[in-house]
Amino acid sequence: MSARRSGLLFTYLAFGYAFLYVPIFILMVFSFNESRLVTVWAGFSTKWYGELFRDQQMLDAAWMSLRIAFLTATAATALGTLAGLIMARFGRFRGHHLFAGMITAPLVMPEVITGLSLLLLFVSMEQMLGWPQGRGMTTIWIAHTTFSTAFVAIVIASRLRELDISVEEAAMDLGARPAKVFFVITLPIIAPALLSGWLLAFTLSLDDLVIASFVSGPGSTTLPMVVFSSVRLGVSPKINALATIIIVLVSISILVAGLLLARMDRKKRAPRSTENGDA
Amino acid sequence: MIRKFWQRIRPGHGSVIAIPYLWLLLFFLIPFIIVLKISFAEMQLAMPPFTDLTEYAEERLQFNVNLGNYLYLLTDDLYVSSYFASLKIAFISTVLCLLIGYPMAYAIARSSPAVRTGLLMLIVLPSWTSFLIRVYAWIGILKNNGLINNALMAMGIIDEPLHILHTNFAVYIGIVYAYLPFMILPLYANLVKLDYSLLEAASDLGARPWKTFLTVTLPLTKAGIIAGSMLVFIPAVGEFVIPELLGGPETLMIGKVLWQEFFNNRDWPVASAVAIVMLLLLVVPMVLFHHYQNKELE
Repeated sequence: MSARRSGLLFTYLAFGYAFLYVPIFILMVFSFNESRLVTVWAGFSTKWYGELFRDQQMLDAAWMSLRIAFLTATAATALGTLAGLIMARFGRFRGHHLFAGMITAPLVMPEVITGLSLLLLFVSMEQMLGWPQGRGMTTIWIAHTTFSTAFVAIVIASRLRELDISVEEAAMDLGARPAKVFFVITLPIIAPALLSGWLLAFTLSLDDLVIASFVSGPGSTTLPMVVFSSVRLGVSPKINALATIIIVLVSISILVAGLLLARMDRKKRAPRSTENGDA
Repeated sequence: MIRKFWQRIRPGHGSVIAIPYLWLLLFFLIPFIIVLKISFAEMQLAMPPFTDLTEYAEERLQFNVNLGNYLYLLTDDLYVSSYFASLKIAFISTVLCLLIGYPMAYAIARSSPAVRTGLLMLIVLPSWTSFLIRVYAWIGILKNNGLINNALMAMGIIDEPLHILHTNFAVYIGIVYAYLPFMILPLYANLVKLDYSLLEAASDLGARPWKTFLTVTLPLTKAGIIAGSMLVFIPAVGEFVIPELLGGPETLMIGKVLWQEFFNNRDWPVASAVAIVMLLLLVVPMVLFHHYQNKELE
């Protein structure tokens, strides 16, 4: 590539990143603004953070969202790992087309459709089976787990597909049963993908507004729902403060996870003289 | 061989397939059948707010299939123009994402492996933070006394604020901003696997850069282009948050219409019919996406 062209590409890239990051940066800066006006600078202040932490409704919603996200991530990682294993290793079985379709469709399905359809399911189930009684945390958890499972399955399946299957074959030749091969060989190798899948499901659940609005009930208001009703009324520096906290926390966890994954990767490549697998 | 081995699980332990399969059937597929059913019902003031399709009385099983909701969608101008407007907005946004995203993905794919991971991380990072908050960020920038208008007025370029927020233009900005990472990732995955010696060969044989791009690079990255475009287009058609927060009264998008039908008018049958028609419009893009997504994974 000529120097002139790579210079051009570099400039283009710089503009692209500016487009992605300048709005976020502005949002964070104005969370420290003294004035209520989010767009006119009136001096440094942290008072909006104080107000945020005195907002009981916001805190309750955040606690609710975090609990749902934790449960969702855990369930979606379990289901998604099974689904990913099936997609990458089971080949063709009866109904595999439908199965693959049910994994890819949630990735792109408009949220209003998913939300409406799940609500109608829950209402019909309540009519026929008497469960779930009303809607709340459980129904949000089920809805979030369903669409997050698809994302986790894709992460796991693409990891399994690039994996060297000779290790699994070796274990199989030595007479290990499928369940043992999975837990002793496959699972440890895909551990980094499990971690990324869990984090992805966690953030997907924490971020969802539309689906949760459909399937929530009284007393189960999540953080995005509170933020949305506040944002509809106009900009507020308190939301900027909340945004700043979320962005900082997410960036730190991504960084930590990234470093952790890099370390796991290195460890895997290092010679395993101490592991009994060599015996 | 390994496939056979994993398949051996099936007879005894069919549950490995059964657990995720049943979960997705129950919570993903069956709900659509219920939406289809309720789209043929009538609204009533009760809980649940729709009529039953079947009625059994005096030894007669009666089916009450009401096509009224679909006729209503066809005859009321609001719905037809909302569908068209949504398809148009989603299409233009997808093209814009492609035009912005392709060179970015190309530049990242051609950078040295040492910085590549970091650059890619920086693309993904915003989408891990809140979608809602990233859309919200644009309100402060675009509104009448927002940053852009304040800056332009301070420089004396304009005398009165430009009306940007609550227009379709703001919706385009919002969609492109929110969905750009989803375009870049599949494009990058394709471009990074590209055999660049092919490009050198083409240029050695005298092809101009533009021609090399059109005849070599572009066809080889078709899968990424289609996967990325569908990843933007399909959710954008049904987008609710962006038209609600950045769009104005003239922004008719079908996701917003469905939301209002459900939450404001409480007409569940019409909302279901709106969802079914939207799904029908999206069947072809979804099949395309499914095809190229699976290709990507193989």
